[in-house]
Amino acid sequence: MTKDNKQKIWASYQKEIADDNYYYARSCIRQNFFPAAEEMFIKILRKHLNKNIHDDAKHTTCTGIGYHSSIVPLETTMTVVARQFSLMNEVGCENFICSCVTSFGLYLEVLSTWKHFPETLSKTKNYLKEATGRTFTPPKNIVHASDIIYKYRFDLLPQLKYKLINNKTQEPLNVAEHVGCHYAKIFPESGIGGAEYPHVLSGIIEAWGGKIIDYPERRHCCGFGFRQYLIKANRSYSYTHSTKKFESMQPYNVDLILTNCPGCNYFLDRWQYVAAVTENKLFGKNNQAIPVLTFEEITALLLGYDPWKIGLQMHQIPVEPLLDKIGINYSKKDKYLGTKGPELPEILKY
Amino acid sequence: MNTDIVVFGGGIAGIEAATSLHRLGYNVIIIEKETFLGGHVTLWNKLFPNNKDANEIVQQVISSLNNNITIFLATESTKIINNHNNTYTIHLNNNKIIHTKAILIATGYDVFNAKLKEEYGYGIYDNVITSDELEHILKQNKRILTKQGKEPTRIGFVHCVGSRDRKVNNIYCSKVCCVTAVKQAIEIRQKLPFSEAYCFYMDLRMYGLNFEELYNDSQEKYGVTFIRGRLSEASENIEGKIIVKVEDTLLGRPLKMTMDLLVLMVGMVPSKGTSWLIKELELNFNSGNFVSSLDEHTKSNLTNKKGVFVAGTASSPKTIDDTLADSRSAVLFIHEYLKSF
Amino acid sequence: MNNNNTLSFLKKSDRTIDYDKNDRALFYYLMRVEPTVALCIACGACTATCPAGNFSSLDLHKIMLSIRRGEKVYIAKEITQCFLCGKCQLICPKNVNTRGVILQIISFLQSSQL
Repeated sequence: MTKDNKQKIWASYQKEIADDNYYYARSCIRQNFFPAAEEMFIKILRKHLNKNIHDDAKHTTCTGIGYHSSIVPLETTMTVVARQFSLMNEVGCENFICSCVTSFGLYLEVLSTWKHFPETLSKTKNYLKEATGRTFTPPKNIVHASDIIYKYRFDLLPQLKYKLINNKTQEPLNVAEHVGCHYAKIFPESGIGGAEYPHVLSGIIEAWGGKIIDYPERRHCCGFGFRQYLIKANRSYSYTHSTKKFESMQPYNVDLILTNCPGCNYFLDRWQYVAAVTENKLFGKNNQAIPVLTFEEITALLLGYDPWKIGLQMHQIPVEPLLDKIGINYSKKDKYLGTKGPELPEILKY
Repeated sequence: MNTDIVVFGGGIAGIEAATSLHRLGYNVIIIEKETFLGGHVTLWNKLFPNNKDANEIVQQVISSLNNNITIFLATESTKIINNHNNTYTIHLNNNKIIHTKAILIATGYDVFNAKLKEEYGYGIYDNVITSDELEHILKQNKRILTKQGKEPTRIGFVHCVGSRDRKVNNIYCSKVCCVTAVKQAIEIRQKLPFSEAYCFYMDLRMYGLNFEELYNDSQEKYGVTFIRGRLSEASENIEGKIIVKVEDTLLGRPLKMTMDLLVLMVGMVPSKGTSWLIKELELNFNSGNFVSSLDEHTKSNLTNKKGVFVAGTASSPKTIDDTLADSRSAVLFIHEYLKSF
Repeated sequence: MNNNNTLSFLKKSDRTIDYDKNDRALFYYLMRVEPTVALCIACGACTATCPAGNFSSLDLHKIMLSIRRGEKVYIAKEITQCFLCGKCQLICPKNVNTRGVILQIISFLQSSQL
């Protein structure tokens, strides 16, 4: 596989990412499953990159989950999105960052709808005015949070205490990436690297010393999908999609999976646990499961934050093998701070 | 210098027309951008449907050239001025200036740039090649090997790459790729008797004389398997083999297959020369951006500019017999035009 | 914790034709004993004329394709619905010996069960 043409594709799908003064729209679920992720993102921007990022308590969900499940009508979604923009105007920001990839896709979809069907924009303005008395202007620049880390990956590089390198062998770690579907598949020109070879995560992996694993099912959806997932009986369907990806990763001895979408991270983490319990299967090197981290978590980890202080114990797949490989010191007893911790299946006790 | 007709393009269309025009008594100049004559046909190995050696055609066409025809090789035009008195002034990059009564556009086509179909991984995955690259390997009689140095046991041909595709803005059909795929599949099976060949097609356009027979032979004698479905993606496994995903539309189920080598049947797009001449001469062009004829049925060699004629693949994708016939037809139109002076 | 895989039914079965894993022994057998099987272009005329197909799921066009893909289970299930009337042989534009193909499939499947 040659990289030269990939570089050309990545170069042709570059997009504008604003420099500073961001408004941060958090994800509905990311902080429920991986609580420290968003806190770390804000800390990285404020402390390590000296940027202004506004964390607003007044913003709500973007209703992406509801919209994609056909529970929330499009007009409601557009009005809620308009309110988010209005809050952004209020604090004087022009640049919008979404924490969730589905949010990102939704905001782009709404902005595109407003552009191509101006009557929807005027309707939304009326709805918002009637419901809340607010007015709004869309942001100048709207990106996903992983775009910011991608943009500043070389600025962060000198601050990293660790790299994506195996501490014992000095070989790069095998890192598989999974980019959320709504990042680039709907609007390829809005994703760094386009839809076929997105670069937002592979760029970060490469810059920080890791080896990018292009496994055959890289483009396959993790199966989150919202609409079918909300019903418990359908979850085997989602599970099967993720398993298809894991089986494709197996020959490559992957050390770490990196994601940018909160749903994907949740699924790829949890379904490996389910595979271990129901099918006795593990997909990583040395008969272990593959740790799944979000881009904020890996950044914080490599910057030197204590793994248990950034919430890595909340992952269902134990991250200790990864920490050992990178050479990060951690305290076993501080993992669950006094409690015994959750009961793990035998197959995941290593 | 003065002349009756300038022929842009020293491929078979241009040469065939030049030879006949010269025999009719006209002063002809050929301008060719490469260092050799014969155009794309010089790159082909064997021609469909009868397996003729492409060299034969090239030699036949070139050998009828007369020494009194001026040929500028490795030359391109930098400017063309329409003098609006039924003459054109052509500036060449060798600093010569030609005054001519008529122009024949025979600048032909280029193959589609397969890198634009990102999902097929051309230029990224080692074992994805284009049909003209395969033809080149066959012509040089080189061993067909994967990038890993092994003989491929499974070779796939992907039809309609860059044609019939709105995503790359080429809605038209490139006409020759289907029968070329059948031909190359047979050639592969002949060269590598232990291999399997697969063609992934949307339709099989076997319209011409002996095409259907060739298709029959490919299935009956050479065991080529045809799978109706458009390739959605090609990815690479850990051994460097190509995994393809296609819908087996006739069975109504998705299909996944690992191949050693993937050949993309790239279509025809107007060549850079053709596009430049369209702009420079302010010619009408059709939906494929080829030169538009004044009438498809009765005036296929005439353009919207008086004195400017077109022959060969500069106006649409064509086979070799189409091209030669078109070229001779252009000669008659040009002759009638020049006689009237 | 569960160690006998009794929950693996939760997983949905993959309907993708995994060409690499499929066994095409039936196809190679037919190529030897009834080589006209290679002529089929899946035009569907056989299925269109088949009387059995009106009241059962017999689809010779699909069976011919499945032979090439190695989908043995599907063929074994469906082929028994044919009552060998011969109408498919009359209509085939490529002169495939369809009756011969069907009889050879049945013979192969029977002998492979022994």
